[in-house]
Amino acid sequence: MSGVRVLVGTKKGAFILTSDGKREKWDVSRPHFAGWEMYHLKGSPADPNRIYASQSSGWFGQVIQRSDDGGKTWHQPGTPPGETTGPGGTPKGESNKFKYDASPETGKPLTTHQWYDGTQHPWEFKRVWHLEPSLTEPETVYAGVEDAALFKSTDGGKNWSELSGLRGHGTGPKWQPGAGGMCLHTIILDPSDPGRIYIAISAAGAFRTNDGGKTWKPINKGLKSQYIPDPTAEVGHCVHHVAMNKSRPDVLFMQKHWDVMRSDDAGENWREVSGNLPTDFGFVIDIHAHEPETIYVVPIKSDSEHYVPDGKLRVYRSRTGGQEWEALTNGLPQSNCYVNILRDAMAVDSLDKCGIYFGTTGGQVYASADAGESWNPIVRDLPAVLSVEVQTLA
Amino acid sequence: MIRVILPPHLRTLAHVGSEVAVEVPSPVTIRSVLDALEDSYPMLRGTIRDHDTLNRRAFLRFFASEEDWSHEPTDKPLPESVASGKEPFVVIGAIAGG
Repeated sequence: MSGVRVLVGTKKGAFILTSDGKREKWDVSRPHFAGWEMYHLKGSPADPNRIYASQSSGWFGQVIQRSDDGGKTWHQPGTPPGETTGPGGTPKGESNKFKYDASPETGKPLTTHQWYDGTQHPWEFKRVWHLEPSLTEPETVYAGVEDAALFKSTDGGKNWSELSGLRGHGTGPKWQPGAGGMCLHTIILDPSDPGRIYIAISAAGAFRTNDGGKTWKPINKGLKSQYIPDPTAEVGHCVHHVAMNKSRPDVLFMQKHWDVMRSDDAGENWREVSGNLPTDFGFVIDIHAHEPETIYVVPIKSDSEHYVPDGKLRVYRSRTGGQEWEALTNGLPQSNCYVNILRDAMAVDSLDKCGIYFGTTGGQVYASADAGESWNPIVRDLPAVLSVEVQTLA
Repeated sequence: MIRVILPPHLRTLAHVGSEVAVEVPSPVTIRSVLDALEDSYPMLRGTIRDHDTLNRRAFLRFFASEEDWSHEPTDKPLPESVASGKEPFVVIGAIAGG
């Protein structure tokens, strides 16, 4: 029987929620990595039992964790469960080492980026925001980090190397941190073309490679950001999240700081599709698994008031690929609600009907088993939710 | 053997109790203690000091014989009480909670 596994990263640990295909009754795990910030967890499409997790702390830095049994047990890659750690034969334990590439072979891309005050600032690794496992190889996984860069591991997360063509392609000195830091938060792998990868950075914009990460180009034409000196600049836009339906890899939807955007040509050109949204500020955006013109966002009041408007938690759905939006409220709080939904905290399953999931900074995870018509909290009162991912299990 | 006390999150990460003992070649210094600790518990690499620079992470402090050694040279010999195993070398995380 089919089922789903929801991976929830929070400010104080990770939680795994499981249900059968009806998605009515949920089991909630104990906290994994209690007390640590769990920015993101994601399962391998090629091996659902393989899950990667980003564990971090302001005190102790970045740790990468991996499960090979669907989240029951975890270990740091290179330090397998049960393997003796001790002098002589100890694993290297370098799975948490993210070193920016400054090698002559790749053109010394360790340059500087723009700091908040406009001066140049060196790149400093802080944490992994997003882990994107390969669509076909369980041992291959990408990591989007702060300060913005893209790393890749081909040995299950034991060792990481930077795809430095991104930082080195030329616009890096113009990138700048948003309020949350200068993070590479979105990684989208094109299922139709193994060489094509999209990424997005706050606050630099969206970028695409067609050759597996060697060379990159900014893809921000059509974005307009009134809060930067040149509103139509090549880079500098605060892109919050980008989504793609795997059946149409040329069509992208973007929640920018302000504005919901759409591209029909792999990011070459963007047009605004905010339409009748009550506010077009927000963080999350996702697409129905089976209806590529059905889009979901959660409007947030403003960039200074990071909560939903009017005390009402409303998911907005467009069935026309943007412009025309309807509020989905059945089962969601419609008074005295002031939560935010962070950029990686919405996901969809691939069951029929499509399930939609999102987590709030108030610690609730809401789910809809009917494509958004009705909602239920599948867990309440967790720590603030940083990320939500869903695995659809056979 | 040198005794080392770790903050709670690092005990969890290393799957150890409140105190660990590591064999440290002479001279016993902050650097040699941390080298030995990371050899025995490689999952701690990068969590106490930076991978490359080996600088102490900003929110951690080192104590020996009730003295703050955080800003002492890492190659300076630690007190005899720590080198002899009588007292532990202590890694402390900044207090959080307000």
